[in-house]
Amino acid sequence: MSDPVDALVVIFTEFYYWVTIPLMFLIHVGFCMYEVGASRWRNHMHTLMKNTMLIPLVTVTFFFFGWWIYFALPNGPGITGGLLEAPWATGWSPLMGPHLGGATAGFSSDDTILWSRLNGVFWAAFLLFSWTAASIVSGAVIERIRSTAFWMAAVLIGSVTWIIDASWGWHPDGWMVQKLGYHDAYASGVIHAVAGGFALGLLTVLGPRLNKFRADGTARRILPQNPWLVCIGLFLIYVGFWGFYVACNVPFYDIQAGEEVFYSATTIYLTPTTLSAITYNFLMSLSGGLLMGYMVSRGDAFWTYSSGLAGVIAASAGNDLYHPIQAMFIGALGVIFMYKMHYWVERRFKIDDAVGAVAVHGYAGVFGVVVAGFMLWGYPASPNPDYATVSPLGQLIGAFVMFFVLGFLPAFILAKILNRFGMLRVPKAVELAGLDLGEIHTRAECAAELEQATAQSGREPSGRQV
Amino acid sequence: MTTGNFTDWAGAIVDIGPIYPFVGLEALFWILGMAFWVYWQVCQSVQERRGWEEDLSKFGDKPLPTAES
Repeated sequence: MSDPVDALVVIFTEFYYWVTIPLMFLIHVGFCMYEVGASRWRNHMHTLMKNTMLIPLVTVTFFFFGWWIYFALPNGPGITGGLLEAPWATGWSPLMGPHLGGATAGFSSDDTILWSRLNGVFWAAFLLFSWTAASIVSGAVIERIRSTAFWMAAVLIGSVTWIIDASWGWHPDGWMVQKLGYHDAYASGVIHAVAGGFALGLLTVLGPRLNKFRADGTARRILPQNPWLVCIGLFLIYVGFWGFYVACNVPFYDIQAGEEVFYSATTIYLTPTTLSAITYNFLMSLSGGLLMGYMVSRGDAFWTYSSGLAGVIAASAGNDLYHPIQAMFIGALGVIFMYKMHYWVERRFKIDDAVGAVAVHGYAGVFGVVVAGFMLWGYPASPNPDYATVSPLGQLIGAFVMFFVLGFLPAFILAKILNRFGMLRVPKAVELAGLDLGEIHTRAECAAELEQATAQSGREPSGRQV
Repeated sequence: MTTGNFTDWAGAIVDIGPIYPFVGLEALFWILGMAFWVYWQVCQSVQERRGWEEDLSKFGDKPLPTAES
């Protein structure tokens, strides 16, 4: 940090990631508004607290072991090598705390200069992805899952399974990048498909909300209690998504092979991109999704807003490289796919996905990963010329790993275990009465008592206020 | 007496390293943190089950108020 230019690069990078964190915080605000708006009023507070408390739980567990997983598991382990050492990322590392760089046992001076300043913000940027993954799942299971069960699931996806997939397919040396040429620059698969698959795994065991399906098996519509809150929540998720995209980049990196030097922004794979590229493509894929969502849902506000999100998600795997008009069409096609899939799965398997999370994140995410295999066929997935190039087969396998192996399967197993011990679903009587049963009655009693006291004080000669 | 591993900012900054108190006890902090998380999960699980039992016994047979005051 003694050279001003070197110091500026480090401090700029630190600040760059820091800015993405409050932006991504808005994703969580949006998810909370969206879920509460979608739930019925007798379940509002339970819905809100269920989602809110994943914040501290995923945060502490991501500190304790999640961050280490990302750096330790790129090889599988056992696929392209063993466990990697990651002493800056263990929960007991001196670099996982306030540190000024310089001499520390086990670290070179260069390591500490870099990691002492970037570790915290880089950890937090990944942590906000963790919250997002868990929050995606939260919406699908509202109004009948026990908070205890959901919070265990949140830790599993937020601090274990998604970060394993990031280590495998969203790391410059992940085995999926090396062997499959897996390319997923803005996380169609590594966040959205895995979270969608995870939600589907939970829903399969959890079952639908009471009375969701008629006796003949057709679905009843349980409309959002507050459509305004749902739509503004989704709007806030759009805002937070900007931070998500920016956090997926490395802002300042020498991308020139050989002796020459050329600094640029890169993707997480250290392949070149620019902020302009992702700005074009974010907005065009959002627009493609919104336009198609409005069309297929015939102007339904909930599905139109959700489709904007699905449009971005469907194009995200290749949004570092697509032409903006390609991004628009991919977003639009992804919306048709996810919308049709949502209703087909609901009819065929009686899956009650309360907010369409499996569709918007899972199906659109899988679509995005697979389409990138065709659109970017033969592109280098990495600056390393020895690694595989992008291919339809590599992306197809990648989508399967994300959605099924690390998404659906762990959630299904956890849900089966919790269900076995009666810890998955709220008792039927509670579900019928409302998950906020105690709170609603207590509030009504408090209000009635206050009203009575106010009326009584009005009759007192002194006019004393109560 | 100091809980940190330095007593002034006058020396070479690169020699300071970690600036939080009780450097060297990070593994202990980690164990305590993990224990706190597990304890919280277990307590919350019991609390949730009891909470619903109490709510149902107190209010289970009463209709929900139609609007909040």
